[in-house]
Amino acid sequence: MSALTGLLRKEAYHILRDRRTLAVIVLLPVVQVVLFGFAIRTDVRDVRIIVVDPLPDATTLSLRARLAASGVFRVVTVLPGADELDGIFQRGEATEAIVFEPRFGERLAQGLPARIQLITDGTDPNSASVRQNYAMALIGAWDRERSPARGAVRIEPRTRLRFNPTAESSNLFVPGLMAFVLTIISSLMTAISLTREKESGTMEALLVSPLRPWQIIGGKVAPYLAIGLVSMTAIVVEARLVFHVPLRGSYLLLLAEGLLFILVSLALGMLISARTSSQRVAMLGALVGTMLPTLLLSGFIFPIESMPRLLRWVSYIVPARWFVTIARGIMLKGIGIVYLWEPTLILIGMAAVLLTLAVRSFDVRLE
Amino acid sequence: MRRILVLAWAEVLHVVRDRATLVQVLVIPALQLVVLANAATFQVRNTPAWVVDQDRSSASRGLISRLGASGHFRIATVSGSTAAGDEALRRGDATLLMVIPPRFEEDLVRGGSAPVQLTINAEKGTAAGIVQFYAARILDAYAIELGVARTGAPQREAPRPGGRVEVRVRNWYNPSRAYTHYMVPGLLVSLVTMIGTLLTAQNIAREKELGTLEQLNVTPITRGQFIAAKLLPFWVLAMIDLTVGLIVGRYLFGMPIRGSLLLLFGAAGIYLVVALGFGLFISTLVETQQQAMFVTFFVMMVYLLMSGLFTPIESMPHWVQVVAEANPVRHFVAVSRAILLKGAGPAEIARPMAILSGFAVGVLWLAVHQYSKRTA
Amino acid sequence: MTPEHVSAHGMERVIDARGLTRRFGHFTAVDGITFDVAAGEVFGFLGANGAGKTTAIRMLTGLLAPSSGHATVVGLDVATQSEAVKRRIGYMSQRFSLYEDLTIRENIRLYGGIYGLSSAEVRRRTDRIVARLELESAADEAVRALPLGWRQKLAFAVALLHEPPLVFLDEPTSGVDPITRRQFWEMIYEAARGGTSVLVTTHYMDEAEYCDRVSIMVAGRIAALGSPVELEREHGVKTIDELFVRLARPDGARAAAS
Repeated sequence: MSALTGLLRKEAYHILRDRRTLAVIVLLPVVQVVLFGFAIRTDVRDVRIIVVDPLPDATTLSLRARLAASGVFRVVTVLPGADELDGIFQRGEATEAIVFEPRFGERLAQGLPARIQLITDGTDPNSASVRQNYAMALIGAWDRERSPARGAVRIEPRTRLRFNPTAESSNLFVPGLMAFVLTIISSLMTAISLTREKESGTMEALLVSPLRPWQIIGGKVAPYLAIGLVSMTAIVVEARLVFHVPLRGSYLLLLAEGLLFILVSLALGMLISARTSSQRVAMLGALVGTMLPTLLLSGFIFPIESMPRLLRWVSYIVPARWFVTIARGIMLKGIGIVYLWEPTLILIGMAAVLLTLAVRSFDVRLE
Repeated sequence: MRRILVLAWAEVLHVVRDRATLVQVLVIPALQLVVLANAATFQVRNTPAWVVDQDRSSASRGLISRLGASGHFRIATVSGSTAAGDEALRRGDATLLMVIPPRFEEDLVRGGSAPVQLTINAEKGTAAGIVQFYAARILDAYAIELGVARTGAPQREAPRPGGRVEVRVRNWYNPSRAYTHYMVPGLLVSLVTMIGTLLTAQNIAREKELGTLEQLNVTPITRGQFIAAKLLPFWVLAMIDLTVGLIVGRYLFGMPIRGSLLLLFGAAGIYLVVALGFGLFISTLVETQQQAMFVTFFVMMVYLLMSGLFTPIESMPHWVQVVAEANPVRHFVAVSRAILLKGAGPAEIARPMAILSGFAVGVLWLAVHQYSKRTA
Repeated sequence: MTPEHVSAHGMERVIDARGLTRRFGHFTAVDGITFDVAAGEVFGFLGANGAGKTTAIRMLTGLLAPSSGHATVVGLDVATQSEAVKRRIGYMSQRFSLYEDLTIRENIRLYGGIYGLSSAEVRRRTDRIVARLELESAADEAVRALPLGWRQKLAFAVALLHEPPLVFLDEPTSGVDPITRRQFWEMIYEAARGGTSVLVTTHYMDEAEYCDRVSIMVAGRIAALGSPVELEREHGVKTIDELFVRLARPDGARAAAS
C-alpha cells in the first residue's frame, strides 16, 4: 500500500508544481461562472432598428415615439428611403427595419389601407422571429389603441416559469457548467497525463514495478478525483454567493452524483490514453470524444428535444446528459433520488463498464 | 526565405507522418460540422407538452390540435389533472404544461377573451424563452382563426373607423429560416480556430519537451524566420480545413454563398494569422504541451462563448460588448456570416477586417518577441 | 582575428573564457571559470553530473546569458554577438537533437537549409555523410528506426554539416556501446584533423585520455586543467579516472587546491 501512497504523492507533486496548469484549473470554473452569469444572455433585447419614414407625419411620429419608448428597441437612425438597408444590415449596424409607405397618416385618415414593411435581418432565424414578434406586438398594440377593433377574440396567456421564475441564465448554466468543468479536469487531464507518461517512458517503469494495474490507475487518477470535487464545490459556492443560484436539494447527493460522474469521465480519459501514443492525438481525441459532446449533446446549452433523431440517440450515451439532468434536478427543482434513480443507475452502469475496460486496457499492456 | 521554407517543410512532414493527427485535422472537422450544425440549434421542435383540458369544448380541442400541428410541440398527454401535469414537469417528462380552464369556450364567445395558463420548465434553459414565444404565437394565431369564424373576417381586418394598418413581414438573407445556414459559417470559424490554435500552441512546447528546440536555438535562424516557418504549414492546413468545411456546408446543408469566395478566403487568410499567431504566442510562454493545451483551451472557451456564435452579442450587457471588441473570433464570425449569408462586399467588412489586421500585426510581434533563443 | 585571440602558444584560440559565471537565484552553477581552446584542439570537459558542464556549454553556445565574466567564441563575444556565434559553431545537445519522424536525408536537408547551404551542396554533403556512415540503405528511413549509436553518429555528422571551425558535443556517447564509442571518437579525430576544434563533455574517464587537453569541473569551478599526461604527473595519479574521483570527493577539491 505504501507504494500506492508514493505514487499518489508523486502525482500530487506533478499537479501542484505545474503552476500554469494549476492556475487554469483553479481559474476555469471561476471564469466560466462569471461568463455565463454576466455575459451570456440568450434572450433578445436592445434590438437595433432603423426607421424608414419618407414623409413623416403625426401618425408615423406617434408610432416612432412608441418604438423609442418601448425599451426593447433602439432606433439607430431614421432614413428617408430603404436603399441603404442592405449595406447597413451587411455591416451589422442594425438587425431590423420598419418601413412606412409615403403618406402613411394621410391614407389612414382617408380610410385607405396604410402599409408598413417590417424587414428583419433573418440570418439568425430565432432572434429574427423574436424581434419580428416584438415589433408586431408593438404595432398591434399601437393600432388597437388608435382604433379599437370590434368583435376580435383574444386568448391571454398567463405564463409561469417553473423552477427558475426569473429566467436567470446563471441558474440554468451552473449545472451544465459543472459537467463541463468536471469533464475537462477528469477526461482531458487524465488522458494527457497518462499519455505523457507513455511518451516519456515513465509508464514502462511503473508497469514493471510491483504495483498492480488498478493501483497504478488509482494512484494516477485519485488526485484528479479530489480536484474535481473541489472544483465542483467551488462552482456551487461561487454560484450561490455571487449569483444567488439556489441549491434546493441535498448537497451530499449532488456531491455523490458528482463523484460518480467524475469516475465515468476519468475512465473515458484512461481509455483515450490507452488508444493513443502522443499527447497531440490524446488531446484532440479527448476534445472530440468528451468535451464537445459534453458541451453540445448534454442539453447544457442546446435543447436535446430539438435535435434530429439520430443525435437524440447519440445523446443517450453521453454521460454529461445524465449528469446535467441530475444536477439541474437537485439544484433547481430540489428533487431527490426518488426522481433521479434512473439517470443515476445509467451513470453507475457507465462507470462500471468504462472502469472495467480501462483497467483491462492496462492489463493488456502488461502481458 | 529558404530557411523558412526548409523549416516549414519539416513541419509539413511531421504532420503528414503522424497519421492520427492528419486524420483528426482533416476528417474530424467535417464530421463535427455535420454533427454540430444539427445539434447547435435553439429552435424549438418536438418539445414535449402536457395539456390539462378542464373545458373539454370544441374550442379547447381546437387549441390542442393547433399546438400539436405546429411542429414545435409534441403532445405527450392530455389529462384532466393539474397535479399529474405538475408531476410530469418535475420528472422532466414535459417542458410545457398548458392548462385550459373551465368555461374557456364560453368566455371566448361571451367576452371575447379567455385566459390559458402556460407553465414552462425553465430548467430547460435557453429553450424556455423560445418555448414561451412559440406557445404565445400559436395562441395568437388560433385567436385570429376564431375571430374569423365569429365575425366572418380576420381579426386584423375587423371593422374599424378609418383605414387599416397592413404589416408585411420580410425576412432577409435567410428566408427559409434554416438554422443550419445560420450556424454553419460560425461553426466553421470556431472549428478552424480551435484546431489551428491548439496545434500551433502545442507545437513549440512539443519541441521544448523533445529537446529539438535547443538544437534549433544554436542555429543562426532568426526569431522571425522561426515563427514564420511554424505559422506557414498550419495556415495552409487551416485553409484546407476551411475549404472542406465550405464544401460540406454548401452541398450537405445547402448553405448559400452570396458573397465572393475570394473575399472570404482573403479575410480568412488574415484572420488565421491572428488565430495561429496567438497559438504560437501561447506556445512560447509555456513549458509543456499539457500547459499549452490548457491555456489555449481556456482562452478559446472565453473567445468562443463571447463571439456571438451561440448567443447574440447585442443581448449582452454593454460592458461585455465593449470587451468583446477585443475578441478576434467575434469579428471573423461576423465577417464570414456577412460574406456568406448577406453577400457583403469589401466595403461592408472594412471595419472588422481593419481590426483583425491590427490584431495580426500585434500578435505576430508578440510571438516573435516572446520567443527567446536564450533560456534566460 | 585580433592578437588577443591568439594564445601563448602562438595558436589561434577558438574559445576564450575569462571568469565566466552563471547564477540561478542563489545557486551558482558556473563559478568564474577561465580557460581557452586552441584551433584544431580536442578539449575534454569533464565533471560529475551537476558540476556545471552543461550550463557552461549553454553560455558558450549563446543559449544562456552569462551572469558575469566574459567569453569569446571564434572571436565573437557570446554576450553580445550570440547570433553571429551560432552561425559559426556546431552543436550536439545532450538530448537527441534530430527529428525522429523525419528520414536521414530530410534531417540533413533541414539543417542544411537552416545554415544556408545551397540545395546542390546539401545533396553533395548528404551523399558524403551517408557514405561515410555506411547508411546508404537506411537513408530514406525515419531516424526513429536507427539504433542509438548510429543516431548519435548521424547527429554528430549533422552538427558538422556546415563545416564550423568549432563544434560542441554534450555527452555524445552516453548510453552507447563501447565499439560505437570507439568509432565515434574516430569521427572526432577525423574532424580535428580537418581543422575543426572539438569541445566534448563526457563522464567516461577513459575517453578523457583521448583528448589533447581536459578540464575537470567540480561544483562550478575548474579544479584541474591540462593535458592528461601533465595532469597525471602533476597529481601523482595513474589515470584521469583516479584524479577525477579524488577531486570529486567532497574534501577532494580542497586537497587539490592546497
